[in-house]
Amino acid sequence: MSEPLPPNGRATLFVSRLAVSQFRSHAQTRLALDGRPVALHGPNGSGKTNLLEAVSLLSPGRGLRRAKAEELARSGVGAGWRVRAEVATPRGARAVALTGEPEGRRRVEIDDKAETQTALGEVAPMLWLTPAMDRLWIEGPEGRRRWLDRAALSFFPGHAEASLAYERAMRERNRLLRDGPNDPRWLDALEARMAEHGLAVARARDAAAARLRGAFENAKTLFPLAEIAIVGGMGSGLEKGARAAPGDGAQASGAMDDFRAALARSRREDAAAGRALTGPHRADLSAVFAPKGVDARLCSTGEQKALLISLTLANARALAADATAGAAPILLLDEVAAHLDPDRRAALYDEIDALGAQAWMTAAEPGLFDALGGRAQRFAMSDGPDGSVLEPCDA
Amino acid sequence: MDDGGEIQRLIALMAKLPGLGPRSARRAVLALVRRREALLAPLAEAMATVAERARLCARCGNLDTTEICAICRDPERDDGLICVVEEVGDLWAMERAGAFRGRYHVLGGVLSALDGVGPDDLRIPALAERAATAREVILALNATVDGVTTAHYVADSLAALGVPVTSLAQGVPVGGELDYLDDGTIGAALRARRAL
Repeated sequence: MSEPLPPNGRATLFVSRLAVSQFRSHAQTRLALDGRPVALHGPNGSGKTNLLEAVSLLSPGRGLRRAKAEELARSGVGAGWRVRAEVATPRGARAVALTGEPEGRRRVEIDDKAETQTALGEVAPMLWLTPAMDRLWIEGPEGRRRWLDRAALSFFPGHAEASLAYERAMRERNRLLRDGPNDPRWLDALEARMAEHGLAVARARDAAAARLRGAFENAKTLFPLAEIAIVGGMGSGLEKGARAAPGDGAQASGAMDDFRAALARSRREDAAAGRALTGPHRADLSAVFAPKGVDARLCSTGEQKALLISLTLANARALAADATAGAAPILLLDEVAAHLDPDRRAALYDEIDALGAQAWMTAAEPGLFDALGGRAQRFAMSDGPDGSVLEPCDA
Repeated sequence: MDDGGEIQRLIALMAKLPGLGPRSARRAVLALVRRREALLAPLAEAMATVAERARLCARCGNLDTTEICAICRDPERDDGLICVVEEVGDLWAMERAGAFRGRYHVLGGVLSALDGVGPDDLRIPALAERAATAREVILALNATVDGVTTAHYVADSLAALGVPVTSLAQGVPVGGELDYLDDGTIGAALRARRAL
């Protein structure tokens, strides 16, 4: 499994060119990149996070802010923005273009061919950390589930499709239970879809968690070890199905049947609740801060942040060592440096360097990137009269 | 007529067609007017005929200008095989492939509670009637969540008849390379593997 790691400091998977136009604060911004980490500094409101958000749209979903379509255009009309990127990958360069169209549609083109959102998952795995995720461990399970799904997606691009299919079947069933007709045959058909795609979702999450655990073994890291587990919501039987060996069709199909039966039994309760009360959409991720043996929810804010960074780095290590992915993912680390003490900050930069990941990092103060030295491409950003201005300032 | 209003109206109507926008509609109208005798007049006539006579086949739901469509009338086709499709466009796709010589049944959509389409909106009872005398019913529905749900529903509805119900295979496309397939497709292909 273990492929040789790329030489330090140069990613084999990275955005080599980025052109952003009419996107949030950016009228027209272009960057040419060489695979080193990208360090963006500048005052608040200069467009740093907007640039990271543009990069995040190169992977499936609504990006690192989970923005609505109408928020993305510079003019606020929802349409007319464009993000074009050339992505260097171990299997050759890919050209990705995203265009904001009227009525909130987003057109995706990969290598000049129209593609679906989910196809973006095949281009480049991407992980991110934003200040909004600081509350991940203390808020509701949706955020943690989303984090887990992004990890799963980074290993298994098909996870996006399975999640969408599961959601679709579930929403169909919810509507049918609410509005009728009470047609058992129709419900059966939908529950079969939920079981099929739900099992795929649960398996991908479980396999992702196993890889994260694996990446903590023998890891040389200054960041705290985390013990993670997926809890609840898996539905009866799905749990063992999720852990069935890939070739174990009997166990998987048994789990599918169990989940279907559980859904059929809970129709009345689900109808009353207005939603399905069991299934992988109810799963949660728990983490224990290993050095102290304390649940993440009870950790200090600083420890919680360190835990998230640690998990993200573990995910990146697992991908870099994965024969299929063959490269460290693109990392988007928004305002991460500012919250670390100088030793941890230097350790983060060293780990990113050792991974060979193109990490996009932002900070208000250029000094926060000093420990990077010449190992990163550095840019100064400011807020000009015609939108965000970006100037290279390589050390 | 004074300011080219009729022609503008034609352009505006053409621009509503799928695949055409205002620019391509202008080009199309210009080409039609230039070839008035060879193209425009026959097109207008063909459109008038279709506008007057187009109807869904009473038997299979195909689009034709007669009560029973040409495929249903064709005596060379096998009555024992019924291929079930979502829409007329899917029937045309099957016909383009030229690989099927049985009869069709167009459902006219797929089940979707969110879109308000239920079993009564689809031609499922008519299918059950036809399937009673068939040797095999082939479900050629799209591999979307709604398509697969509908296939499941239809298969379940026909189960009591005892007629074999099959579905199209899912997997590696003809001429396809494994390296470019998504993992869902590869998984489906693996599950549908067969002995050589």
